[in-house]
Amino acid sequence: MKQFIRESFGDKVFDTIITIFIGFAVIVCVYPFLYVVSISISSGEAVNKGLVYLFPVDLDISALKIVLGYKQLWVSYGNSVFYTVAGTTLNIVFTCLAAYPLSRKRFFLRRKMNFLLAFTMYFSGGLIPTYIVVTGLGLYDTRLAMLLPVLLSAYNVMICRSAFESISEELFENAALEGANDLIIMSKIAVPLIKPTLAVLTLYYAVARYNDFFNALLYISKKNLEPLQLFLRRILLTSSMEIMQTTGVDMAAASQSTISVRYVCIVVSVVPIIMIVPFIQKYLVEGTMLGSVKG
Amino acid sequence: MKAQKVKQTKEERRKLLRKNLYKDKYLLLMIIPVIIYYLIFCYVPMTGLVMAFNKYQMGSGLKGIYTSEFVGLRWFQQFFQSIYAWRLIRNTFLLSFFSLIFGFPIPILFAIAVTQIRKKWLQKSIQVSTYLPYFISTVVVCGMIINFLSPSDGIINMLLNKIGIDSINFMSLPQWFRPIYVISGSWQSFGFNSIIFVAAIMGISPELYESMRVDGANKRQLIWHLVLPGIKPTIILLLIMTLGSLMNVGFEKVYLLYSAPIYETSDVIQTYVYRQGILNNNYSSASAVGLLNSMINFSIVFVANRMSRKLTDTAIW
Repeated sequence: MKQFIRESFGDKVFDTIITIFIGFAVIVCVYPFLYVVSISISSGEAVNKGLVYLFPVDLDISALKIVLGYKQLWVSYGNSVFYTVAGTTLNIVFTCLAAYPLSRKRFFLRRKMNFLLAFTMYFSGGLIPTYIVVTGLGLYDTRLAMLLPVLLSAYNVMICRSAFESISEELFENAALEGANDLIIMSKIAVPLIKPTLAVLTLYYAVARYNDFFNALLYISKKNLEPLQLFLRRILLTSSMEIMQTTGVDMAAASQSTISVRYVCIVVSVVPIIMIVPFIQKYLVEGTMLGSVKG
Repeated sequence: MKAQKVKQTKEERRKLLRKNLYKDKYLLLMIIPVIIYYLIFCYVPMTGLVMAFNKYQMGSGLKGIYTSEFVGLRWFQQFFQSIYAWRLIRNTFLLSFFSLIFGFPIPILFAIAVTQIRKKWLQKSIQVSTYLPYFISTVVVCGMIINFLSPSDGIINMLLNKIGIDSINFMSLPQWFRPIYVISGSWQSFGFNSIIFVAAIMGISPELYESMRVDGANKRQLIWHLVLPGIKPTIILLLIMTLGSLMNVGFEKVYLLYSAPIYETSDVIQTYVYRQGILNNNYSSASAVGLLNSMINFSIVFVANRMSRKLTDTAIW
């Protein structure tokens, strides 16, 4: 059918506008990353002369070597991996523990607990009281400070709760008749049934834990505990003098530009995330739909 | 239900509670750790807000919050008499307001454009490439902004020099902060925010498209008379949800981008609270300002929710 409908002149103009708009959007999103990669594998000389615009000039991986040879990068990388894995695991466990009881209509605390959760989405004690509580518990400069204050997101609990609610009630009743208690029903029946939702939530939590800068800024001052984001801030946002001090490399002597070192750090930190985005994109669509159902 | 409640004696209620506790013991077992978490990390800090009316002594720990000397509204008065009050409220409001005005329509336009593409694989790859910035950490985004805009070796200034314009020191000129904040924010989120509109557009029945096409409608008319009305409910819902966070400026991004010379346009309530409290140790006065911010946010959400219930029948609570 479609082929028989002739494209009018207006439609062609329209298509051109759309193509330009989309082309612009894609360039704006992809070019910065391409540029960063190109700078990081170009020679320091080409970078300093401003010859790199799109593709690498004089392929040179010495900046990469400097950065990869720097011990603190691996320390903070390791910390970030730990915070992400441990944090996300705790997040998912606690989200299920909160969401499952809230999804059971017969649970006598259901309304009260729902309110307890929802209220925190709209009102909080704010920065200072939270800071005093966390430090008062002796969590300052401990790994737990990166995990405990962000154990749960009420919003994600709501998403998980609606997933549990969408499971047919009969399954629960049958399991209960056969003598299974709620712990068994949750872990053996309910959780496997909402795997797609949990996949989305795992992604959201993992990205949030990996990118978490705020808690690190507040509660982590020791270098051996710092996550990648704190390390990156020092490299990316402070003067070149400090880069030399941190990496212990004389940039001028190594004929390196500090900007190469900075961009290598961006590449190194962003690669894990960029790699997973294409694979999880179909879950993303599902995830935002989940969120919008309950609002 | 109500009549029953009135009739319950103390004894009966206790019995019912015991029965409930027994019946739901496993559910309770699950939710108790969650309750403990919420009490410690959300509700204790909420009670800690009394320190906004106290004179908190440094080093008096948790207990100090509740035992310090009562000073009434002193910190609020002090704040409103300072030069900061107006500047902070204005900056916080303007940053989110411009982000909304500029950032809200783009995902809609992009969703409409991207759904015009017939080839599925092309559409998918375009979408994925626009999601990328959303998942990058604020530190990296700010690092890219600052390094791209650097007057000595940033790509933007290199390009400006090429066309004969002198380098601009973007990060230290107050008039540039708002555009930088708003444009980069929109850059980061437009692709991801378009997902929901794309889904809404996909939800419009293909038969409607075909019949309008057969009736001779061109593409512009299709969008105007079919696509836009089709996604109107989604647009309204999201607009209201965004309105709810109007005074919630992302602390991290402002903190990483601003500097003392440009406080005039960049300092927001949350960064002020951080400096005043964590860096200068004026815990009480900082938490008073924080409380003010929380209250403003809460009332905005409340109003937005009211509006939403009236206009769309969808409410957050």
